[in-house]
Amino acid sequence: MYAALWRKLPGPTVVKAVTLIVVMALVVLVLFSIVFPWATQFVPGQEVLVD
Amino acid sequence: MLRAIGEVLLTLGVVLALFVVYLAWWTGVETSVAQPRLASDLGRVVASAPPVTKTPAVGRSLRIVDPPPPVPATGAPYLDLTIPRLGHDWRWVVVQGVGLTQLALGPGHYPGTAGPGEIGNFAVAAHRSTHGEPFAYLDRMRPGDLVRFSYGSRAWTYRVDKSFITDPSDVGVIYPVPRQPKAMPTLRLLTLTTCDPRWGNERRLIVVGTLVEGR
Repeated sequence: MYAALWRKLPGPTVVKAVTLIVVMALVVLVLFSIVFPWATQFVPGQEVLVD
Repeated sequence: MLRAIGEVLLTLGVVLALFVVYLAWWTGVETSVAQPRLASDLGRVVASAPPVTKTPAVGRSLRIVDPPPPVPATGAPYLDLTIPRLGHDWRWVVVQGVGLTQLALGPGHYPGTAGPGEIGNFAVAAHRSTHGEPFAYLDRMRPGDLVRFSYGSRAWTYRVDKSFITDPSDVGVIYPVPRQPKAMPTLRLLTLTTCDPRWGNERRLIVVGTLVEGR
């Protein structure tokens, strides 16, 4: 999977590496700003109210 | 095929590890960024507020007739909170509201409950894990411990009477007269709520106090 991805990336090794780092950074950004805040509601210890 | 499965599992493992980093660290960073901003916002609100007409205390200082500070909009800063038992540098800005969005900023005041110093039950909730975990060590509170709220030059000090564990559905603990929905309040109570165990939702830790000084 990752090997195929690496082969598909255009350009020389340096360009591939930079592209990969940028893509990974974007993935982490999406995880931290959208996915994780949403998933937090399923983590025990988030409910502190009597209701 | 096996290799692809391995890579998927590896990816999931990395994502889960990142999620742990997010919960244990990043939510705290977000809260610690929000708190100084709330503190300076609160300072501005206090500075621009009209001065409170001080009513002389009758007898012991418990006979407070001065109105509490205005209840701010949901998510806006309300009061400063210090609890010596939880550390000398333990200091939080309480915001109005107890939704997850507000509690991500800091401790929150239950809407509809009394304000600081008021007759009734002044109720405040906060996270015990993640989001800066203000109430992480609320289980260390002992009867006699002091809880101080301040608003500019005004301050309200409560003394802890007791703490106990209860069910999440035990809403009676934040009634003006705890667990007596129809009773008329005469006391000035404080109720702090958080989760118990620290990383669980099963129960709630409740700390109850009574106002001992207000000015």
